[in-house]
Amino acid sequence: MGIEEKLPSGFLLSRVEDVAGYFRKGSLWPATFGLACCAIEMMTTGGPRYDLARFGMEVFRASPRQADLMIVAGRVSQKMAPILRQVYDQMPNPKWVISMGVCASSGGMFNNYAIVQGVDHVVPVDVYLPGCPPRPEMLIDAILTVHDKIATTPLGPHRRDAEAEAEQTALVATPTHEMKGLLR
Amino acid sequence: MTDTTGVQADDVTFTAGVRETTEGPVYTVSGQDWDSLTAEIVGNERVVVNMGPQHPSTHGVLRLILELDGETVTEARAGVGYLHTGIEKNMEYRTWTQGVTFCTRMDYLSPFYNETAYVLGVEKLLGISDQVPERASVIRVLLMELNRISSHLVAIATGGMEIGALTVMTIGFREREVLLHLFEDLTGLRMNHAFVRPGGVAQDLPPDGLDKVREAVVWLKKHLPEYEAFCNENPIFKRRTVGVGYLDLAGCMALGMTGPVLRATGLPWDLRKTQPYCGYETYDFDVPTRDTMDSYGRFRIRVDEMWQSLRIVEQCVERLEEPGPVMVEDKKIAWPAQLSIGSDGQGNSLDHIRHIMGESMEALIHHFKLVTEGFRVPAGQVYSAVESPRGELGVHVVSDGGTRPYRAHFRDPSFNNLQAVPAMTEGGQVADVIVAVAGIDPVMGGVDR
Amino acid sequence: MSDADQTGAVEESVPQPLPPHATKRGAFGVAGSGDTSGFSGLVRRVANPAVLPAGTPRDLWGGHAPTVDRLSAALAEAGVGDEAIEKVLVDRDELTVFVSRERLLDVVRTLRDDPELRFEMCLGVSGVHYPDEVGRELHAVYPFLSLTHNRRLRVEVTAPDDDPHVPSIVSVYPSNNWHERETWDFFGLVFDGHPALTRIEMPDDWPGHPQRKDYPLGGIPVEYKGATIPPPDERRSYSG
Repeated sequence: MGIEEKLPSGFLLSRVEDVAGYFRKGSLWPATFGLACCAIEMMTTGGPRYDLARFGMEVFRASPRQADLMIVAGRVSQKMAPILRQVYDQMPNPKWVISMGVCASSGGMFNNYAIVQGVDHVVPVDVYLPGCPPRPEMLIDAILTVHDKIATTPLGPHRRDAEAEAEQTALVATPTHEMKGLLR
Repeated sequence: MTDTTGVQADDVTFTAGVRETTEGPVYTVSGQDWDSLTAEIVGNERVVVNMGPQHPSTHGVLRLILELDGETVTEARAGVGYLHTGIEKNMEYRTWTQGVTFCTRMDYLSPFYNETAYVLGVEKLLGISDQVPERASVIRVLLMELNRISSHLVAIATGGMEIGALTVMTIGFREREVLLHLFEDLTGLRMNHAFVRPGGVAQDLPPDGLDKVREAVVWLKKHLPEYEAFCNENPIFKRRTVGVGYLDLAGCMALGMTGPVLRATGLPWDLRKTQPYCGYETYDFDVPTRDTMDSYGRFRIRVDEMWQSLRIVEQCVERLEEPGPVMVEDKKIAWPAQLSIGSDGQGNSLDHIRHIMGESMEALIHHFKLVTEGFRVPAGQVYSAVESPRGELGVHVVSDGGTRPYRAHFRDPSFNNLQAVPAMTEGGQVADVIVAVAGIDPVMGGVDR
Repeated sequence: MSDADQTGAVEESVPQPLPPHATKRGAFGVAGSGDTSGFSGLVRRVANPAVLPAGTPRDLWGGHAPTVDRLSAALAEAGVGDEAIEKVLVDRDELTVFVSRERLLDVVRTLRDDPELRFEMCLGVSGVHYPDEVGRELHAVYPFLSLTHNRRLRVEVTAPDDDPHVPSIVSVYPSNNWHERETWDFFGLVFDGHPALTRIEMPDDWPGHPQRKDYPLGGIPVEYKGATIPPPDERRSYSG
């Protein structure tokens, strides 16, 4: 990403990670990607009662070039999926994605021809937020989870190690429908 | 030739580039290069600008394709379908009661209207329209009118935000929070309630429900005048909305417009008065109209309709003082399950479980059959319409005698009303397009279904 | 058909053929070797709402009789003739007029222009696909509303699957523009004379017409921990 990727591993890198994470999470600007009912709850979260401005996030940037966080709020139809990908591509790094609501996370109650069954088919998602629609408090919880994720993002060699480890875990993980025996 | 004010546009071009596509050359501009761009384009070439599906004007995923001549819109087209969910086809694979949970998510700002229109159609097909208990109808009216207020609040809030009046947005959502809390107390959910079921409503009001409604009414009466104070005589608001989005009665008739757009032409057409349903003929309320035929008139109508809705809500509260059944008596149709908050925050009502497990085998069978299979609706087709905040919301329901809808088609008012965007905006300025669309108040979930 | 009345006692009447109907075989939606219910030989006749009602007799028209009479008279005055109206159905206090598609524009113009009918608004087109009604598979249902007389009416037009053409009424009711586009998008019903009949809800290059009965719902199996549930249109159905 930047110069911070080239620092050598060690104590200094950990400090840089902490500082970079702290500043990145403190100034996160969401991009407007409100689609359906979840968008209304997202607007309500930006409203006076569930105030997103306490995180500095009430400014929903219309231009993806100025945004860090894309909250995909609502059902993504087949017609909308290329636009979703285009907006995601227009966002500069570092960027994060929250898929808000069950429709964005998995297709929700609409298991049919018209809805993409989970936006992770189109963009990589950091936090999945269930709910139909999720309460504003749930959205704030998801945002705080993203904040935690940003604050603890490894950089440089730490990132490469973490990615390799995640890949290894995923290669040997049990697929969901193979997880038997849980009802005992 | 130089001028002292800045860059010499005829010498240097800043255009980021042009690329050929199947639709012709596409120019990308990146700033300070509009003059050089228009110099490149010969006079009779069209400049088509896309206000794409993702844009801050939060009316949802509406794509406006505008052909511009400077600031003037010479042609405008609306592209829809970016939120198409296949709800109508999904409903064909679910029982009649489960259809309520699908159709409630169409026009997501006024879910009770979707539910009620569909349920009135199903009840007409069942032939139980006059067996629906009066208390259920009053609760339906109460919820619908509260929904009308919350929907108009969003319309005014987002309309104001698009113009730049951000305070209207914050106060709009503040009032809407009060209403969403109230909905959560009464129905269990803030949005997309699935509360109105064929035969009545899912559950009775909670014991303190009426007090909460009264409190909400008091709060709204105190705060609704703020909208009028902020906007009615605000010179900027008036200059942005007066005369914008003009559509007279002939245009409305040709385009099949209903709702505040039609009432802004002076015609007091409101289905609650002309073809009443759910007992609306017994309530005392007025139908506000204006004759300015512009976005300003539509805004004023929405504010007036909120006051009229409050009147209806107060009348509903008076009628709900008396207890009564909220579901039709026919046990083969009435939704059996009752819910109550258990120790873990959710669950079936223990009384109901004791009844079906211990007291009545028939009740157990009804519960089982109704929840798994659903009731059967005699074959036929019906069109039922309600007056939603955006206009006439009609449902064409076809049954083949089974437990699932054969076809449920929703005539959504926003779908119809958006056809008026070219008529309202061509010849005007780009900024007026936003105001005109805000005056129509489309909800893309209803448009695309 | 009886050959000759030998004894004169038995007189067989011509067996009337059943109107086209759907049949359902078996129960619970399972077929083939997976069906262990024992009901695999069951054949049931299923009601078809557009076919079973064979038109309502006139004495049951009730309050809708003046509307139909005026429509017939106005059509006669316009020289269209009564063959435009195929049948009249009054069911659940709603009037449905089945119109032949060749005469649709004339009927619709009469509905709008005649002062005693004056149906100012057409509330869209609803397409319905009845695959079992051979020869009349695609129905287009037009609800009409008269603000002057506060009346509603429904016009229904049919077209076969192999010739899915219906005249467009956009020239009479411009508000039907997007509704007809939607019906084309979802059913493949071509509206002749529509200014721009393109897809409106689905992407422009989408193959097929999704709301037809022969188009699958298109879901994917849902994974749970330890099990997979098929999409709704492939599941076992307990309502037969």
